[in-house]
Amino acid sequence: MVLRNKKGQESVREVRVKVLEAEDDGNKSLFVFDEPRDARGTALLIHGHKDRADDQWLYLPALKRVKRISSSNRSGSFMGSEFTYEDMTVQEVEKYTYRYLRDEPCGDGLDCVVTERIPVEKGSVYRRQLVWRDKSALRVWKVEYYDRKDAHLKTLTIGEYRQYLDRFWRAGSMAMVNHLTGKSTDLVWTDYRFGTDIDDRDFTRTGLRRVR
Amino acid sequence: MPSRALSRALSRALVRLLWFGVCLFGVATHPAASHGQAGIYEVDLTGRLAAENRWFPQTALFQGQGSHASGFVAEPNLYLEDEAGRILNVTPWFRYDSADDRRTHYDLREAYLLLSGAAGNGEWELRLGVDRVFWGVVESRHLVDIVNQIDLVEHPDEKTRMGQPMAYVTWSSDWGVVELLGMSWHRKRTFPGSDGRLRASVVVDNDLAEYESSSGKWHPDFAARYSHTLGLLDFGASVFDGTAREPAFGLCFDCGPQGVPSNSTGPPGSPGPPVPVLYPIYHQIRQYGLDAQWTTGSLLLKLEAIRRSGARNLAGVEETFNAFVLGGEYTFFSLWNTDADLTLFAEWDRDERGRRATNFYENDLFAALRLMLNDVQGTEMTVSVLHDLDKRQSIYGLELARRLSDAFSLDLGAVAITNIERDDLYYDLRQDGFVQLGINYHF
Repeated sequence: MVLRNKKGQESVREVRVKVLEAEDDGNKSLFVFDEPRDARGTALLIHGHKDRADDQWLYLPALKRVKRISSSNRSGSFMGSEFTYEDMTVQEVEKYTYRYLRDEPCGDGLDCVVTERIPVEKGSVYRRQLVWRDKSALRVWKVEYYDRKDAHLKTLTIGEYRQYLDRFWRAGSMAMVNHLTGKSTDLVWTDYRFGTDIDDRDFTRTGLRRVR
Repeated sequence: MPSRALSRALSRALVRLLWFGVCLFGVATHPAASHGQAGIYEVDLTGRLAAENRWFPQTALFQGQGSHASGFVAEPNLYLEDEAGRILNVTPWFRYDSADDRRTHYDLREAYLLLSGAAGNGEWELRLGVDRVFWGVVESRHLVDIVNQIDLVEHPDEKTRMGQPMAYVTWSSDWGVVELLGMSWHRKRTFPGSDGRLRASVVVDNDLAEYESSSGKWHPDFAARYSHTLGLLDFGASVFDGTAREPAFGLCFDCGPQGVPSNSTGPPGSPGPPVPVLYPIYHQIRQYGLDAQWTTGSLLLKLEAIRRSGARNLAGVEETFNAFVLGGEYTFFSLWNTDADLTLFAEWDRDERGRRATNFYENDLFAALRLMLNDVQGTEMTVSVLHDLDKRQSIYGLELARRLSDAFSLDLGAVAITNIERDDLYYDLRQDGFVQLGINYHF
């Protein structure tokens, strides 16, 4: 993750993410921070839920403390970046209502659908989002975020899609630009691995104390 | 010096334990032991070096004490993991302090072998060696947390913990988490030496420490905890049976090295005034603990409570007592539409022994305010006050942390002690408010 301020000064963040997708409830995800080095070993465990607020635990390695934290921090910046926690967590279908707007080319000249989605949760920082999705593989190429006052706050541009296991499309780059502050964040995803032997055990409170 | 001899003996023992761990790991990862699927998967050497300074603006009360101390901390960490997921984690720790030879000390914070695996639809975990375990939820003090000894010379807030040798089993599933610990080799609490600030008028001599148990520091101690998450509630119930972490004290006059009376204070042949010294006494105690947190929206409600028996009160009499901390925190996320979060803390600390309590928290109100800017530098600032509800005394705290670059970070801290009454346990610390500045290098 490359954070860039208005003057173009950069700083780098490195995070490892594990996600366990579930059919009946929300996904479980684990974020482990590698850079900056003073935050190394800090880990965030999220048990996502479709029908209620997520459960979140933070692991603080200096104290070896696992702390249940509020999941109301959805609007907060993720590691000082232009991504909020809300942007970083997996987008469950149930968390929005949708409206079809128009057909329009997007990405690299693909045939796309533009949809407006409105967060169901009142705690969201966003009033609405516009989503550009291609018709062939339903990949998201662009998202425009509008704040509570309906001002165009941020634009996310997604690219470098690759297909894994002949099934799963995953993006290699996500660029978030904040139009109000002039700051931006490039999120570069590498080393995607599917079908690894991770299971529920990697997403427990006790497992959180073992993260590296 | 006897403390040096003791330190040497301790360090030899620590080194032996370390070697034991490494050998154990070597055996565990040997191809013959794991049917050929072995090999080190990950080796990681990381850590922290820090340069620190402490200034005491008020005049020292006792002879030998200065107004400034500088020093450094080294905390390297070696992490080894093999392909089967077995982990060896070693974290030695060292501090040098220019003013106080007792604050110059080292410790093995961690040196354990970690094994884990599936058990039914849950998991088990075994930690063998030196480790630190944290139990609790509140901020003002760590009440329930009892497994590890307090490294008191690090900071008077009693939150820094030393490594403890243990065998530690965790078993968890849908029904919750069970932790079982067997411990031996009791660690003595660290205390400032005669040249150190933040000490009582009478110095504590750890070389004279006494144990109630005839097996001394080797007494086997046990602890267990059950914890679970039920919706918005996280709770834990724990029990500890064994050697107290908090000592009682005995007063001894003219106890020289090894408890032999000495006349070192005056010229030969003319005995000077008797020199008092405190010696710690570690009794056998049992402590039941309860910790709970209710996490709802931006509000966290918290409780920690203990019942301890076998310990001595301030009058030196055995007294079973209850103590609790009740409070919570509330966070204003994205304060005024910025990236900053502001958290307010309020806690009530109560020890039913009142004036017979052996700590500051007999009946106190803790209030704090933490501002996290969530900026690139990760700037974080906390101001706090611990106010005694029965007296006028208060302890104020300030903590500021900021990242300077990927490798460097800065810590600023300050403690102010006000209106301490003459009959209070902490009266001798009334001049010992301080400011400290540290620069950390993370590698």
